[in-house]
Amino acid sequence: MKHIADAFKRDKALIAYICAGDPTPDATTKIVHALIRAGADLIELGLPFSDPIADGPTIQAASQRSLQAGMNPDLFFDLVKTLPKTIPYAVMTYYNLIFHRGTMTFAKDCRNHGIAGIIVPDLPPEEADELGEACKKYNLDLIHFIAPTTTPERIERIIQSSSGFIYLVARLGVTGAREDLEDRTKSLIQQVHTDIPKAVGFGISNPQQAKEIINAGADGIIVGSAIVDMIARNTDDINKAVEEIETLTRKLKEGITR
Amino acid sequence: MENNKKSKFGKYGGQFVPEVLMPALYELEESYKKYKEDPQFIAELHDYRSNFAGRPTPLYHARRLSKEYGITVYLKREDLVHGGAHKLNNTIGQTLLAKYMGKKRIIAETGAGQHGTAAAMAASSIGIPSEIYMGAKDIKRQEMNVYRMKLLGAKVHTVTSGSQTLKDAINEAMRDWATNVETTFYVLGSIVGPHPYPAMVHDFQSIIGNEAKAQILEKEGRLPDSIIACTGGGSNAMGIFHPFLNEDVELYAIEAGGSGLKTTKTAALHSASLCVGEDGVLHGARTKILQDKYGQILESSSIAPGLDYAGVGPELSRLVDCGRVIADNIQDFEALEAFHELSQLEGIIPALESSHAVAYLKKADDLGDLVIINVSGRGDKDLNTVMDRGI
Ligand SMILES: Cc1ncc(COP(=O)(O)O)c(C=O)c1O
Repeated sequence: MKHIADAFKRDKALIAYICAGDPTPDATTKIVHALIRAGADLIELGLPFSDPIADGPTIQAASQRSLQAGMNPDLFFDLVKTLPKTIPYAVMTYYNLIFHRGTMTFAKDCRNHGIAGIIVPDLPPEEADELGEACKKYNLDLIHFIAPTTTPERIERIIQSSSGFIYLVARLGVTGAREDLEDRTKSLIQQVHTDIPKAVGFGISNPQQAKEIINAGADGIIVGSAIVDMIARNTDDINKAVEEIETLTRKLKEGITR
Repeated sequence: MENNKKSKFGKYGGQFVPEVLMPALYELEESYKKYKEDPQFIAELHDYRSNFAGRPTPLYHARRLSKEYGITVYLKREDLVHGGAHKLNNTIGQTLLAKYMGKKRIIAETGAGQHGTAAAMAASSIGIPSEIYMGAKDIKRQEMNVYRMKLLGAKVHTVTSGSQTLKDAINEAMRDWATNVETTFYVLGSIVGPHPYPAMVHDFQSIIGNEAKAQILEKEGRLPDSIIACTGGGSNAMGIFHPFLNEDVELYAIEAGGSGLKTTKTAALHSASLCVGEDGVLHGARTKILQDKYGQILESSSIAPGLDYAGVGPELSRLVDCGRVIADNIQDFEALEAFHELSQLEGIIPALESSHAVAYLKKADDLGDLVIINVSGRGDKDLNTVMDRGI
């Protein structure tokens, strides 16, 4: 099984987010294969939660589609088990699903099914002791966030408790594709000094933004809503979604390698 | 990172929010600590409470109701607070704090429209723009309050995600807050959410209990045997319970039993999180919540939109676990009966939320001889709902 760190070893990392089971588990499998073909270095699989407070309309709708099609944590782990392990995977979900399953059980299930990292948008470091222990026990990375509002001394403390990579939040607010890039995103990247890889997400949708972020000193970019939008537009023709996603992913990858 | 112990009520509470909001929670905690001791803030709050909200509210001896049940029943008249519910006690406090903190805008969620109305009232009197998030389902059943909020100058956002009720309105308000956190103050409507909200709202609402305690001592020369309050998030309940926690008084938190304590695959037919909810994390706090076997939040249900919520304040979860507060529930039909009963026996039309507390008189085994019911709001907003069901 690959580790999160492997994604950052060769080159700048392209991290792709999709919601598992959106619109079906089979579609997820096809999309994952396409992402890998197109050069994704790490895949974040969303385990959908009923009340995703950190997500904008695109990922809310994806979660809804997936839940309606019957996705649940058991099926999620079954699905992950079948995915190719040529790249590492992280699960992105909200804390109640982890808490309810039991932090130890959840971490163990991740380890046994091929998930190398856990990303929880509603779990700040202050509340992460229990899951942190579980991750340590099962050799998983618990990914922490740094936001534009994070104070310098918090940044230091978050770096201290981080492993795998640090998720830099590009803008205030929730997930959702945007065309522009804020100046403060670049200054945030420059403010975070660490050997742990820094990946930037929230609002990244095109190769130009991706390139600028890498030039500003990031080690990776995270693209979610732009990919999920392609699924949303093509729920009855998944092959078309797969094609569009593969093309976008290639372009993003080019944007960060050249 | 160090766990913030003071953010907890036993194992409940905490700050389960996105990183982008954490600095704002610290800022809020600091500012609240500072201004609650600030003489000017205290004086201004007092002025709004007395001359704008209309406090103190009476403690009324409900003679005919008392006779009906063969005990002495007092009503704490929060229905007489400006706006028609206890909600203004809290919104005045938080909105004033927003002003002292230099925030440019307040946002709020609302279920029944009572908190939204109270937030809009506080905002226009204090002079800050307000925007209110409300579920589409609630907008339909509380038309009058939607219109009131607009009249008061608030912008009302219809929330169409999820179950389109209070829980989804909170989700959407939190998303707005994350986007505009530097300029915006989130005025939360109950003792829910991340620390310091449960503690702060508890403080602002404790005025209910502080008044009631002095009033009952004056009128009866002793403390009551029981206090009954309806419980959605739990702010009117904690507000009246608080000064009695260390006294020999039974405290009853009455939740919405809806159409019975059953659940379907994705929905509970009730909102009784204290009675049958399980330990979980929702809207920034660990507390008792209604959830399925995987931890997905269930839709809740109640005839009273202000009680229609899948969670409850962390402080109440703790007080119920340790046996200090007794949780029970009242079904829709019982609340409707009580709505009519109080209207006809006492000339007071209670909110459907408060009707749950009133209905407990009939359901309870033994409340003792002297009881206070917190009438958290008036029922004018519910007339459409009740008319649809017929008298
Ligand atoms: C009249 C009234 N009572 C009670 C409630 C429930 O809230 P809480 O449990 O926080 O008092 C509401 C909420 O809108 C309300 O409008």
